[in-house]
Amino acid sequence: MSVKLGVPSKGRLMEKTFEWFAQHGITLSRTGSEREYAGAVTGVEGIELVLLSAGEIPRELAAGRIHLGVTGTDLIREKLVQWDQKVEEVRELGFGFADLIVAVPQAWVDVDTLDDLDAAAAAFRAEHGFRLRIATKYHRLTRDYLRYGGVADYQLVDSQGATEGTVKNLTAEAIADITSSGETLRANHLKILSEEPVLRSQATLFRSRTAPRNSDDQRALGALYDALGLHVRNRTADD
Amino acid sequence: MSIAAQRAVAERLRAAFEAAGGQPVECSILQPARVFLDLYGEDIRARAYVTQDPDRGEQMLRPDFTLPVVQMHMSHGAEIARYTYSGEVFRRQEDHPERASEYLQVGYEVFDGRDPAAADAEVFSLFSEVLKPYGLRAATGDMGILLAAVQGLETSERRRAALLRHIWRPKRFRALMDRFSGRAPVPPTRAALLAAEDPMAGAGTMIGLRSQEEIAARISALREDAAEPPLSAGQVALIDAVLAVRETCVFALEHLRDIAVDMPSIGTAVEQFSRRCDAMYQRGVDVQKLDFEAAYGRTSMEYYDGFVFGFYPEARPDLPPVATGGRYDALTQRLGDGASIPAVGGVIRPDILCSLEQGQ
Repeated sequence: MSVKLGVPSKGRLMEKTFEWFAQHGITLSRTGSEREYAGAVTGVEGIELVLLSAGEIPRELAAGRIHLGVTGTDLIREKLVQWDQKVEEVRELGFGFADLIVAVPQAWVDVDTLDDLDAAAAAFRAEHGFRLRIATKYHRLTRDYLRYGGVADYQLVDSQGATEGTVKNLTAEAIADITSSGETLRANHLKILSEEPVLRSQATLFRSRTAPRNSDDQRALGALYDALGLHVRNRTADD
Repeated sequence: MSIAAQRAVAERLRAAFEAAGGQPVECSILQPARVFLDLYGEDIRARAYVTQDPDRGEQMLRPDFTLPVVQMHMSHGAEIARYTYSGEVFRRQEDHPERASEYLQVGYEVFDGRDPAAADAEVFSLFSEVLKPYGLRAATGDMGILLAAVQGLETSERRRAALLRHIWRPKRFRALMDRFSGRAPVPPTRAALLAAEDPMAGAGTMIGLRSQEEIAARISALREDAAEPPLSAGQVALIDAVLAVRETCVFALEHLRDIAVDMPSIGTAVEQFSRRCDAMYQRGVDVQKLDFEAAYGRTSMEYYDGFVFGFYPEARPDLPPVATGGRYDALTQRLGDGASIPAVGGVIRPDILCSLEQGQ
Protein backbone atom coordinates (compact mmCIF):
# COMPACT_ATOMS: atom_id res chain seq x y z
CA MET A 1 0.00 0.00 0.00
CA SER A 2 1.02 3.55 -0.61
CA VAL A 3 -0.79 6.83 -0.57
CA LYS A 4 -2.55 7.47 -3.87
CA LEU A 5 -2.92 11.00 -5.23
CA GLY A 6 -5.44 11.39 -8.05
CA VAL A 7 -4.79 14.17 -10.56
CA PRO A 8 -6.63 15.08 -13.78
CA SER A 9 -5.03 13.17 -16.61
CA LYS A 10 -4.91 15.91 -19.24
CA GLY A 11 -5.24 19.52 -20.20
CA ARG A 12 -4.79 22.75 -18.32
CA LEU A 13 -6.09 21.31 -15.08
CA MET A 14 -3.28 18.72 -15.09
CA GLU A 15 -0.61 21.26 -15.99
CA LYS A 16 -1.78 23.74 -13.35
CA THR A 17 -1.89 20.99 -10.73
CA PHE A 18 1.66 19.94 -11.61
CA GLU A 19 2.77 23.59 -11.32
CA TRP A 20 1.06 24.03 -7.96
CA PHE A 21 2.79 20.97 -6.49
CA ALA A 22 6.10 22.06 -8.05
CA GLN A 23 5.85 25.38 -6.20
CA HIS A 24 5.89 23.29 -3.02
CA GLY A 25 8.92 21.27 -4.03
CA ILE A 26 7.04 18.21 -5.21
CA THR A 27 7.46 17.14 -8.77
CA LEU A 28 4.60 15.31 -10.42
CA SER A 29 5.25 13.98 -13.88
CA ARG A 30 3.81 11.70 -16.47
CA THR A 31 5.97 8.75 -17.28
CA GLY A 32 6.12 6.59 -20.36
CA SER A 33 4.68 7.77 -23.63
CA GLU A 34 2.42 10.79 -24.12
CA ARG A 35 -0.58 8.47 -24.32
CA GLU A 36 0.15 6.37 -21.28
CA TYR A 37 -1.59 7.40 -18.07
CA ALA A 38 1.20 6.64 -15.61
CA GLY A 39 2.99 9.10 -13.39
CA ALA A 40 5.73 9.62 -10.84
CA VAL A 41 6.20 11.69 -7.70
CA THR A 42 9.52 13.03 -6.47
CA GLY A 43 10.25 15.23 -3.47
CA VAL A 44 8.25 13.20 -1.00
CA GLU A 45 8.28 9.48 -0.21
CA GLY A 46 5.46 6.98 -0.37
CA ILE A 47 3.09 8.88 -2.65
CA GLU A 48 1.84 7.34 -5.86
CA LEU A 49 0.41 9.45 -8.71
CA VAL A 50 -2.80 8.23 -10.32
CA LEU A 51 -3.90 10.02 -13.47
CA LEU A 52 -7.66 10.03 -13.90
CA SER A 53 -10.40 11.91 -15.66
CA ALA A 54 -11.39 14.86 -13.43
CA GLY A 55 -14.96 13.58 -13.50
CA GLU A 56 -13.95 10.22 -12.01
CA ILE A 57 -11.93 11.65 -9.12
CA PRO A 58 -14.99 12.29 -6.88
CA ARG A 59 -16.12 8.68 -7.21
CA GLU A 60 -12.63 7.29 -6.53
CA LEU A 61 -12.25 9.48 -3.44
CA ALA A 62 -15.65 8.47 -2.12
CA ALA A 63 -14.85 4.79 -2.68
CA GLY A 64 -11.54 5.21 -0.87
CA ARG A 65 -9.48 3.96 -3.81
CA ILE A 66 -7.42 7.14 -3.73
CA HIS A 67 -6.45 9.10 -0.61
CA LEU A 68 -6.13 12.52 -2.17
CA GLY A 69 -7.48 14.00 -5.35
CA VAL A 70 -7.55 17.25 -7.27
CA THR A 71 -10.84 18.14 -8.94
CA GLY A 72 -13.43 20.91 -9.13
CA THR A 73 -15.85 21.62 -6.28
CA ASP A 74 -18.65 21.45 -8.85
CA LEU A 75 -17.93 17.82 -9.68
CA ILE A 76 -17.67 16.78 -6.03
CA ARG A 77 -21.02 18.36 -5.16
CA GLU A 78 -22.85 17.16 -8.25
CA LYS A 79 -21.63 13.58 -8.12
CA LEU A 80 -21.48 12.77 -4.41
CA VAL A 81 -24.55 12.50 -2.21
CA GLN A 82 -23.59 13.88 1.22
CA TRP A 83 -20.19 14.80 -0.17
CA ASP A 84 -18.91 16.25 3.08
CA GLN A 85 -19.21 12.90 4.80
CA LYS A 86 -17.10 11.22 2.15
CA VAL A 87 -14.42 13.76 1.36
CA GLU A 88 -12.92 16.80 2.97
CA GLU A 89 -11.61 19.95 1.30
CA VAL A 90 -7.92 20.22 2.13
CA ARG A 91 -6.95 23.24 0.09
CA GLU A 92 -8.38 25.43 -2.65
CA LEU A 93 -5.69 25.63 -5.29
CA GLY A 94 -6.46 29.05 -6.77
CA PHE A 95 -7.00 28.03 -10.37
CA GLY A 96 -9.64 26.34 -12.48
CA PHE A 97 -12.12 29.02 -11.42
CA ALA A 98 -15.56 28.45 -12.85
CA ASP A 99 -19.09 29.35 -11.80
CA LEU A 100 -22.12 27.22 -12.38
CA ILE A 101 -24.69 29.73 -13.56
CA VAL A 102 -28.15 29.93 -15.07
CA ALA A 103 -28.29 31.77 -18.40
CA VAL A 104 -31.18 32.84 -20.60
CA PRO A 105 -31.33 34.48 -24.04
CA GLN A 106 -30.07 38.09 -24.06
CA ALA A 107 -33.31 38.99 -25.78
CA TRP A 108 -35.27 38.12 -22.63
CA VAL A 109 -35.08 41.70 -21.40
CA ASP A 110 -37.82 40.91 -18.89
CA VAL A 111 -35.86 38.13 -17.16
CA ASP A 112 -33.05 39.04 -14.79
CA THR A 113 -33.79 37.25 -11.49
CA LEU A 114 -35.05 33.82 -10.44
CA ASP A 115 -38.35 35.50 -9.69
CA ASP A 116 -38.52 36.58 -13.35
CA LEU A 117 -37.49 33.14 -14.54
CA ASP A 118 -40.30 31.57 -12.53
CA ALA A 119 -42.87 33.99 -13.93
CA ALA A 120 -41.59 33.42 -17.47
CA ALA A 121 -41.74 29.66 -16.92
CA ALA A 122 -45.37 29.84 -15.81
CA ALA A 123 -46.34 31.90 -18.87
CA PHE A 124 -44.26 29.69 -21.15
CA ARG A 125 -46.02 26.54 -19.94
CA ALA A 126 -49.43 28.14 -20.45
CA GLU A 127 -48.44 29.23 -23.98
CA HIS A 128 -46.57 26.15 -25.21
CA GLY A 129 -48.15 23.35 -23.21
CA PHE A 130 -44.89 22.06 -21.75
CA ARG A 131 -42.56 23.12 -18.99
CA LEU A 132 -39.73 25.52 -19.84
CA ARG A 133 -36.61 23.48 -20.63
CA ILE A 134 -33.27 24.15 -18.97
CA ALA A 135 -30.33 22.27 -20.48
CA THR A 136 -27.59 21.12 -18.11
CA LYS A 137 -25.35 18.30 -17.03
CA TYR A 138 -25.49 19.45 -13.41
CA HIS A 139 -28.92 18.08 -12.62
CA ARG A 140 -28.78 17.82 -8.84
CA LEU A 141 -27.12 21.17 -8.20
CA THR A 142 -29.42 23.00 -10.59
CA ARG A 143 -32.57 21.36 -9.27
CA ASP A 144 -31.68 22.17 -5.66
CA TYR A 145 -30.87 25.74 -6.62
CA LEU A 146 -34.12 26.28 -8.51
CA ARG A 147 -36.18 24.66 -5.77
CA TYR A 148 -34.54 26.89 -3.22
CA GLY A 149 -35.20 29.89 -5.49
CA GLY A 150 -38.88 28.95 -5.75
CA VAL A 151 -38.87 28.30 -9.51
CA ALA A 152 -41.61 25.97 -10.76
CA ASP A 153 -42.88 24.87 -14.18
CA TYR A 154 -39.45 24.11 -15.59
CA GLN A 155 -37.82 20.85 -16.67
CA LEU A 156 -34.18 19.87 -16.89
CA VAL A 157 -32.99 18.38 -20.14
CA ASP A 158 -29.70 16.59 -20.22
CA SER A 159 -26.87 18.18 -22.17
CA GLN A 160 -23.40 16.70 -21.89
CA GLY A 161 -21.72 19.21 -24.18
CA ALA A 162 -22.21 22.32 -26.35
CA THR A 163 -24.89 23.31 -23.87
CA GLU A 164 -24.72 26.98 -24.95
CA GLY A 165 -26.04 25.96 -28.35
CA THR A 166 -29.20 24.26 -27.14
CA VAL A 167 -31.31 27.42 -27.02
CA LYS A 168 -30.54 28.37 -30.59
CA ASN A 169 -31.17 24.78 -31.62
CA LEU A 170 -34.59 24.92 -29.94
CA THR A 171 -33.90 22.00 -27.62
CA ALA A 172 -33.97 24.22 -24.51
CA GLU A 173 -35.10 27.70 -23.47
CA ALA A 174 -32.36 28.32 -20.90
CA ILE A 175 -29.19 26.64 -19.63
CA ALA A 176 -27.33 25.92 -16.41
CA ASP A 177 -23.64 25.51 -17.14
CA ILE A 178 -20.10 26.18 -16.02
CA THR A 179 -18.58 29.39 -17.27
CA SER A 180 -15.28 31.06 -16.55
CA SER A 181 -15.29 34.20 -18.67
CA GLY A 182 -18.77 34.28 -20.16
CA GLU A 183 -17.43 34.70 -23.69
CA THR A 184 -19.05 31.54 -25.03
CA LEU A 185 -22.34 32.64 -23.51
CA ARG A 186 -22.18 36.04 -25.20
CA ALA A 187 -21.24 34.47 -28.51
CA ASN A 188 -24.36 32.34 -28.20
CA HIS A 189 -26.61 35.34 -27.36
CA LEU A 190 -27.07 34.29 -23.75
CA LYS A 191 -26.83 36.28 -20.51
CA ILE A 192 -26.31 35.26 -16.90
CA LEU A 193 -29.08 35.95 -14.37
CA SER A 194 -28.16 38.60 -11.79
CA GLU A 195 -28.27 36.14 -8.95
CA GLU A 196 -25.68 34.37 -6.87
CA PRO A 197 -24.37 31.54 -9.05
CA VAL A 198 -25.51 28.00 -8.40
CA LEU A 199 -21.96 27.31 -7.27
CA ARG A 200 -18.56 28.96 -7.37
CA SER A 201 -16.06 26.27 -8.22
CA GLN A 202 -12.29 26.01 -8.37
CA ALA A 203 -9.70 23.26 -8.47
CA THR A 204 -9.39 21.91 -4.95
CA LEU A 205 -7.32 19.27 -3.20
CA PHE A 206 -9.68 16.83 -1.49
CA ARG A 207 -8.93 14.14 1.05
CA SER A 208 -10.91 10.89 1.16
CA ARG A 209 -12.54 10.14 4.49
CA THR A 210 -12.87 6.49 3.61
CA ALA A 211 -9.48 5.41 2.16
CA PRO A 212 -7.70 2.88 4.40
CA ARG A 213 -4.35 4.04 5.80
CA ASN A 214 -1.64 2.12 7.62
CA SER A 215 1.10 3.74 9.67
CA ASP A 216 3.38 4.12 6.63
CA ASP A 217 0.57 5.89 4.80
CA GLN A 218 0.06 8.18 7.78
CA ARG A 219 3.73 9.09 7.71
CA ALA A 220 3.71 9.70 3.96
CA LEU A 221 0.58 11.87 4.24
CA GLY A 222 2.12 13.80 7.12
CA ALA A 223 5.28 14.46 5.09
CA LEU A 224 3.21 15.58 2.13
CA TYR A 225 1.08 17.93 4.22
CA ASP A 226 4.25 19.39 5.75
CA ALA A 227 5.79 19.93 2.32
CA LEU A 228 2.60 21.65 1.18
CA GLY A 229 2.48 23.75 4.33
CA LEU A 230 -0.95 22.43 5.23
CA HIS A 231 -2.44 22.11 8.66
CA VAL A 232 -4.92 19.33 8.23
CA ARG A 233 -7.34 18.61 11.04
CA ASN A 234 -7.39 15.05 12.34
CA ARG A 235 -4.52 14.21 10.08
CA THR A 236 -3.84 10.99 11.88
CA ALA A 237 -7.29 10.08 13.10
CA ASP A 238 -9.52 7.78 11.14
CA ASP A 239 -12.99 9.17 10.62
CA MET B 1 -38.19 -5.28 11.54
CA SER B 2 -38.77 -8.09 9.07
CA ILE B 3 -40.53 -7.76 5.75
CA ALA B 4 -42.91 -10.50 6.87
CA ALA B 5 -43.92 -8.49 9.94
CA GLN B 6 -44.55 -5.43 7.77
CA ARG B 7 -46.61 -7.46 5.34
CA ALA B 8 -48.67 -8.84 8.21
CA VAL B 9 -49.41 -5.31 9.45
CA ALA B 10 -50.24 -4.21 5.89
CA GLU B 11 -52.59 -7.14 5.46
CA ARG B 12 -54.38 -6.34 8.70
CA LEU B 13 -54.81 -2.68 7.71
CA ARG B 14 -56.02 -3.54 4.25
CA ALA B 15 -58.57 -5.96 5.72
CA ALA B 16 -59.82 -3.14 7.97
CA PHE B 17 -60.12 -0.81 4.99
CA GLU B 18 -61.91 -3.50 3.03
CA ALA B 19 -64.33 -4.02 5.90
CA ALA B 20 -64.99 -0.26 5.82
CA GLY B 21 -66.13 -0.60 2.20
CA GLY B 22 -62.90 -0.22 0.25
CA GLN B 23 -62.77 -2.20 -2.96
CA PRO B 24 -59.24 -3.66 -3.35
CA VAL B 25 -57.30 -2.33 -6.35
CA GLU B 26 -53.86 -2.95 -7.80
CA CYS B 27 -51.60 -0.56 -9.73
CA SER B 28 -48.57 -1.18 -11.90
CA ILE B 29 -45.22 -0.45 -10.32
CA LEU B 30 -43.99 1.13 -13.55
CA GLN B 31 -45.96 4.30 -14.23
CA PRO B 32 -45.56 6.81 -17.07
CA ALA B 33 -43.28 9.51 -15.63
CA ARG B 34 -45.04 12.32 -17.46
CA VAL B 35 -48.13 12.34 -15.23
CA PHE B 36 -46.03 12.72 -12.08
CA LEU B 37 -43.71 15.29 -13.67
CA ASP B 38 -46.64 17.38 -14.91
CA LEU B 39 -48.16 17.40 -11.46
CA TYR B 40 -45.14 17.78 -9.18
CA GLY B 41 -42.66 19.37 -11.55
CA GLU B 42 -38.99 18.61 -11.77
CA ASP B 43 -38.60 18.21 -8.00
CA ILE B 44 -40.16 14.75 -8.17
CA ARG B 45 -37.04 13.52 -9.99
CA ALA B 46 -35.10 14.08 -6.78
CA ARG B 47 -37.62 11.97 -4.91
CA ALA B 48 -38.52 9.20 -7.36
CA TYR B 49 -36.74 6.68 -9.55
CA VAL B 50 -37.01 7.42 -13.23
CA THR B 51 -36.11 4.85 -15.84
CA GLN B 52 -36.15 4.72 -19.59
CA ASP B 53 -38.29 2.37 -21.66
CA PRO B 54 -37.27 2.11 -25.32
CA ASP B 55 -40.89 2.17 -26.45
CA ARG B 56 -42.95 3.83 -23.72
CA GLY B 57 -40.43 6.54 -22.85
CA GLU B 58 -39.71 7.69 -19.33
CA GLN B 59 -41.21 5.49 -16.66
CA MET B 60 -41.27 5.99 -12.92
CA LEU B 61 -41.30 3.46 -10.12
CA ARG B 62 -44.56 4.52 -8.46
CA PRO B 63 -43.76 7.09 -5.77
CA ASP B 64 -47.36 6.94 -4.52
CA PHE B 65 -50.68 5.26 -5.24
CA THR B 66 -53.00 8.23 -5.18
CA LEU B 67 -52.18 9.40 -8.67
CA PRO B 68 -52.58 6.03 -10.44
CA VAL B 69 -55.73 5.27 -8.41
CA VAL B 70 -57.27 8.62 -9.37
CA GLN B 71 -56.35 8.05 -13.01
CA MET B 72 -57.84 4.57 -12.98
CA HIS B 73 -60.98 5.82 -11.28
CA MET B 74 -61.48 8.78 -13.61
CA SER B 75 -61.02 6.62 -16.71
CA HIS B 76 -63.90 4.45 -15.47
CA GLY B 77 -66.45 7.22 -15.31
CA ALA B 78 -65.89 8.96 -11.96
CA GLU B 79 -68.70 7.20 -10.11
CA ILE B 80 -69.02 7.01 -6.34
CA ALA B 81 -66.45 4.51 -5.06
CA ARG B 82 -64.21 3.51 -2.17
CA TYR B 83 -60.86 1.84 -2.77
CA THR B 84 -58.14 0.23 -0.73
CA TYR B 85 -54.67 -0.87 -1.83
CA SER B 86 -51.43 -2.14 -0.40
CA GLY B 87 -48.00 -2.29 -1.99
CA GLU B 88 -44.50 -0.90 -2.28
CA VAL B 89 -43.71 2.67 -3.20
CA PHE B 90 -40.25 3.85 -4.15
CA ARG B 91 -38.58 7.09 -3.09
CA ARG B 92 -35.10 8.30 -3.82
CA GLN B 93 -33.46 9.68 -0.70
CA GLU B 94 -30.75 11.99 -2.01
CA ASP B 95 -30.44 14.03 1.15
CA HIS B 96 -31.25 11.27 3.62
CA PRO B 97 -29.65 8.01 2.46
CA GLU B 98 -30.50 6.52 5.87
CA ARG B 99 -34.23 6.69 5.10
CA ALA B 100 -36.08 3.84 3.39
CA SER B 101 -36.19 4.08 -0.38
CA GLU B 102 -38.71 1.26 -0.73
CA TYR B 103 -41.59 0.73 1.67
CA LEU B 104 -45.18 -0.43 1.88
CA GLN B 105 -48.16 1.88 1.81
CA VAL B 106 -51.71 0.87 2.63
CA GLY B 107 -54.34 3.32 1.51
CA TYR B 108 -58.02 4.12 1.55
CA GLU B 109 -59.59 6.55 -0.91
CA VAL B 110 -63.18 7.80 -1.04
CA PHE B 111 -64.65 9.22 -4.25
CA ASP B 112 -67.98 10.62 -3.12
CA GLY B 113 -69.23 14.18 -3.50
CA ARG B 114 -72.57 13.83 -1.74
CA ASP B 115 -71.36 15.04 1.64
CA PRO B 116 -67.68 16.02 1.69
CA ALA B 117 -67.65 16.76 5.44
CA ALA B 118 -68.96 13.29 6.13
CA ALA B 119 -66.40 11.75 3.75
CA ASP B 120 -63.55 13.65 5.48
CA ALA B 121 -64.81 12.41 8.84
CA GLU B 122 -65.18 8.87 7.53
CA VAL B 123 -61.54 8.71 6.41
CA PHE B 124 -60.13 10.43 9.48
CA SER B 125 -62.09 8.36 12.00
CA LEU B 126 -61.23 5.15 10.16
CA PHE B 127 -57.52 6.04 10.35
CA SER B 128 -57.87 7.05 14.03
CA GLU B 129 -59.54 3.74 14.76
CA VAL B 130 -56.97 1.46 13.10
CA LEU B 131 -54.06 3.49 14.54
CA LYS B 132 -55.50 3.75 18.05
CA PRO B 133 -53.22 1.07 19.60
CA TYR B 134 -50.12 3.09 18.69
CA GLY B 135 -50.91 6.23 20.70
CA LEU B 136 -50.08 8.69 17.91
CA ARG B 137 -50.59 12.45 17.79
CA ALA B 138 -53.01 13.56 15.08
CA ALA B 139 -52.44 16.82 13.20
CA THR B 140 -55.14 18.35 11.01
CA GLY B 141 -55.50 21.36 8.78
CA ASP B 142 -57.50 22.65 5.85
CA MET B 143 -55.84 23.94 2.70
CA GLY B 144 -59.28 25.10 1.52
CA ILE B 145 -59.30 27.95 4.03
CA LEU B 146 -55.96 29.38 2.92
CA LEU B 147 -56.91 28.93 -0.74
CA ALA B 148 -60.17 30.79 -0.14
CA ALA B 149 -58.32 33.55 1.73
CA VAL B 150 -55.97 34.09 -1.23
CA GLN B 151 -58.82 33.89 -3.75
CA GLY B 152 -60.59 36.61 -1.83
CA LEU B 153 -57.66 39.06 -1.64
CA GLU B 154 -58.48 42.56 -2.84
CA THR B 155 -55.91 42.73 -5.57
CA SER B 156 -55.51 41.87 -9.25
CA GLU B 157 -56.43 38.49 -10.66
CA ARG B 158 -52.84 38.06 -11.79
CA ARG B 159 -51.47 38.55 -8.28
CA ARG B 160 -53.98 36.13 -6.83
CA ALA B 161 -53.00 33.56 -9.45
CA ALA B 162 -49.30 34.01 -8.67
CA LEU B 163 -49.94 33.51 -4.95
CA LEU B 164 -52.14 30.47 -5.56
CA ARG B 165 -49.47 28.94 -7.76
CA HIS B 166 -46.96 29.16 -4.90
CA ILE B 167 -49.24 28.38 -2.00
CA TRP B 168 -47.28 25.15 -1.41
CA ARG B 169 -43.93 27.00 -1.32
CA PRO B 170 -44.15 29.12 1.84
CA LYS B 171 -40.90 30.99 1.26
CA ARG B 172 -41.80 32.02 -2.26
CA PHE B 173 -45.35 32.83 -1.21
CA ARG B 174 -43.96 35.16 1.45
CA ALA B 175 -41.64 36.84 -1.06
CA LEU B 176 -44.60 37.47 -3.38
CA MET B 177 -46.69 38.90 -0.53
CA ASP B 178 -43.80 41.24 0.32
CA ARG B 179 -43.51 42.30 -3.31
CA PHE B 180 -47.23 42.86 -3.83
CA SER B 181 -47.61 44.78 -0.58
CA GLY B 182 -44.64 47.02 -1.38
CA ARG B 183 -42.64 45.78 1.60
CA ALA B 184 -39.89 44.40 -0.64
CA PRO B 185 -38.13 46.89 -2.92
CA VAL B 186 -38.51 46.58 -6.67
CA PRO B 187 -35.29 45.03 -8.05
CA PRO B 188 -33.26 47.71 -9.90
CA THR B 189 -33.32 45.80 -13.18
CA ARG B 190 -37.11 45.61 -12.97
CA ALA B 191 -37.35 49.34 -12.32
CA ALA B 192 -35.07 50.05 -15.28
CA LEU B 193 -37.12 47.77 -17.51
CA LEU B 194 -40.35 49.50 -16.52
CA ALA B 195 -38.85 52.94 -17.08
CA ALA B 196 -37.37 52.08 -20.49
CA GLU B 197 -39.06 53.69 -23.47
CA ASP B 198 -38.17 50.78 -25.73
CA PRO B 199 -37.37 47.79 -23.52
CA MET B 200 -36.39 45.70 -26.55
CA ALA B 201 -33.76 48.25 -27.67
CA GLY B 202 -30.77 46.29 -26.41
CA ALA B 203 -32.26 42.86 -26.91
CA GLY B 204 -30.02 41.80 -29.77
CA THR B 205 -30.64 38.59 -31.68
CA MET B 206 -33.86 36.74 -30.92
CA ILE B 207 -33.14 33.08 -30.27
CA GLY B 208 -35.16 30.22 -28.86
CA LEU B 209 -38.81 29.27 -28.67
CA ARG B 210 -39.96 32.04 -26.37
CA SER B 211 -41.08 34.67 -28.85
CA GLN B 212 -40.83 38.45 -28.87
CA GLU B 213 -44.62 38.57 -28.39
CA GLU B 214 -44.30 36.53 -25.20
CA ILE B 215 -41.63 38.88 -23.90
CA ALA B 216 -43.77 41.90 -24.80
CA ALA B 217 -46.78 40.31 -23.09
CA ARG B 218 -44.83 39.86 -19.87
CA ILE B 219 -43.54 43.43 -20.00
CA SER B 220 -47.05 44.79 -20.36
CA ALA B 221 -48.17 42.53 -17.50
CA LEU B 222 -45.34 43.94 -15.38
CA ARG B 223 -46.37 47.48 -16.31
CA GLU B 224 -49.98 46.80 -15.36
CA ASP B 225 -48.79 45.32 -12.11
CA ALA B 226 -46.60 48.33 -11.35
CA ALA B 227 -49.66 50.56 -11.79
CA GLU B 228 -51.65 48.36 -9.41
CA PRO B 229 -51.93 49.76 -5.85
CA PRO B 230 -50.07 47.72 -3.26
CA LEU B 231 -51.85 45.01 -1.33
CA SER B 232 -53.04 46.75 1.83
CA ALA B 233 -51.47 46.10 5.22
CA GLY B 234 -54.89 44.96 6.40
CA GLN B 235 -55.08 42.29 3.72
CA VAL B 236 -51.58 41.05 4.52
CA ALA B 237 -52.50 40.93 8.21
CA LEU B 238 -55.57 38.82 7.44
CA ILE B 239 -53.50 36.24 5.54
CA ASP B 240 -51.01 36.20 8.40
CA ALA B 241 -53.87 35.77 10.87
CA VAL B 242 -55.22 32.79 8.94
CA LEU B 243 -51.75 31.21 8.72
CA ALA B 244 -51.20 31.70 12.44
CA VAL B 245 -54.30 29.76 13.52
CA ARG B 246 -52.99 26.85 15.53
CA GLU B 247 -55.09 25.45 18.36
CA THR B 248 -57.61 22.71 19.02
CA CYS B 249 -60.42 22.41 16.47
CA VAL B 250 -63.08 24.05 18.61
CA PHE B 251 -60.99 27.15 19.34
CA ALA B 252 -59.60 27.28 15.80
CA LEU B 253 -63.14 27.35 14.44
CA GLU B 254 -64.07 30.23 16.71
CA HIS B 255 -60.91 32.09 15.75
CA LEU B 256 -61.46 31.56 12.01
CA ARG B 257 -65.06 32.77 12.29
CA ASP B 258 -63.71 35.97 13.83
CA ILE B 259 -61.30 36.41 10.91
CA ALA B 260 -64.14 35.68 8.47
CA VAL B 261 -65.93 38.80 9.68
CA ASP B 262 -63.21 40.89 8.02
CA MET B 263 -62.55 38.35 5.29
CA PRO B 264 -65.91 37.06 4.09
CA SER B 265 -64.25 35.04 1.30
CA ILE B 266 -63.24 32.32 3.78
CA GLY B 267 -66.78 32.00 5.17
CA THR B 268 -67.82 28.99 3.09
CA ALA B 269 -64.55 27.15 3.78
CA VAL B 270 -64.82 27.85 7.51
CA GLU B 271 -68.39 26.54 7.59
CA GLN B 272 -67.17 23.43 5.77
CA PHE B 273 -64.61 23.02 8.58
CA SER B 274 -67.46 23.40 11.08
CA ARG B 275 -69.53 20.71 9.36
CA ARG B 276 -66.47 18.43 9.35
CA CYS B 277 -66.02 18.94 13.10
CA ASP B 278 -69.68 17.95 13.61
CA ALA B 279 -69.31 14.91 11.40
CA MET B 280 -66.12 13.86 13.22
CA TYR B 281 -67.81 14.33 16.59
CA GLN B 282 -70.65 12.10 15.46
CA ARG B 283 -68.12 9.45 14.58
CA GLY B 284 -66.62 9.61 18.03
CA VAL B 285 -63.57 11.83 17.33
CA ASP B 286 -62.71 14.05 20.29
CA VAL B 287 -62.69 17.40 18.49
CA GLN B 288 -62.21 19.23 21.79
CA LYS B 289 -58.70 17.83 21.90
CA LEU B 290 -57.89 17.47 18.19
CA ASP B 291 -55.20 19.89 16.97
CA PHE B 292 -55.83 22.15 13.99
CA GLU B 293 -53.19 24.17 12.14
CA ALA B 294 -54.22 26.36 9.21
CA ALA B 295 -50.71 26.15 7.69
CA TYR B 296 -50.55 22.35 8.00
CA GLY B 297 -49.96 20.55 4.71
CA ARG B 298 -48.44 23.52 2.93
CA THR B 299 -45.03 22.01 2.37
CA SER B 300 -46.10 18.50 1.40
CA MET B 301 -47.59 17.19 -1.82
CA GLU B 302 -49.10 19.71 -4.14
CA TYR B 303 -52.52 18.25 -4.60
CA TYR B 304 -54.39 18.58 -1.32
CA ASP B 305 -56.88 21.41 -1.51
CA GLY B 306 -59.11 20.86 1.51
CA PHE B 307 -58.93 18.81 4.69
CA VAL B 308 -55.40 17.49 5.47
CA PHE B 309 -54.23 15.22 8.27
CA GLY B 310 -51.26 13.29 9.59
CA PHE B 311 -50.49 10.88 12.44
CA TYR B 312 -47.16 11.26 14.22
CA PRO B 313 -45.28 9.16 16.77
CA GLU B 314 -44.65 11.86 19.36
CA ALA B 315 -42.03 9.91 21.25
CA ARG B 316 -40.03 9.34 18.06
CA PRO B 317 -39.43 12.68 16.32
CA ASP B 318 -36.78 10.92 14.22
CA LEU B 319 -39.46 8.96 12.36
CA PRO B 320 -41.56 10.27 9.47
CA PRO B 321 -45.35 10.43 9.92
CA VAL B 322 -47.08 7.06 10.19
CA ALA B 323 -50.02 8.24 8.12
CA THR B 324 -50.91 11.21 5.93
CA GLY B 325 -53.90 12.12 3.85
CA GLY B 326 -56.32 14.73 2.68
CA ARG B 327 -58.83 15.99 0.18
CA TYR B 328 -57.88 16.41 -3.48
CA ASP B 329 -60.93 17.57 -5.41
CA ALA B 330 -58.92 19.57 -7.98
CA LEU B 331 -56.71 16.58 -8.80
CA THR B 332 -59.67 14.53 -10.01
CA GLN B 333 -60.61 17.41 -12.27
CA ARG B 334 -57.07 17.74 -13.57
CA LEU B 335 -56.83 14.05 -14.41
CA GLY B 336 -60.50 13.66 -15.22
CA ASP B 337 -60.56 14.88 -18.80
CA GLY B 338 -63.63 17.03 -18.23
CA ALA B 339 -65.06 14.99 -15.38
CA SER B 340 -64.40 15.50 -11.69
CA ILE B 341 -65.52 14.11 -8.35
CA PRO B 342 -64.71 15.26 -4.81
CA ALA B 343 -62.25 12.82 -3.25
CA VAL B 344 -60.43 12.27 0.02
CA GLY B 345 -58.05 9.57 1.22
CA GLY B 346 -54.87 8.69 2.98
CA VAL B 347 -52.05 6.18 3.42
CA ILE B 348 -50.38 4.37 6.29
CA ARG B 349 -46.78 3.11 6.43
CA PRO B 350 -46.59 -0.35 8.03
CA ASP B 351 -42.78 -0.12 8.28
CA ILE B 352 -43.03 2.81 10.68
CA LEU B 353 -45.67 0.99 12.72
CA CYS B 354 -43.35 -2.03 12.95
CA SER B 355 -40.43 0.07 14.15
CA LEU B 356 -42.71 1.58 16.81
CA GLU B 357 -43.77 -1.87 17.97
CA GLN B 358 -40.14 -2.90 18.09
CA GLY B 359 -39.16 0.20 20.08
CA GLN B 360 -41.75 -0.52 22.75
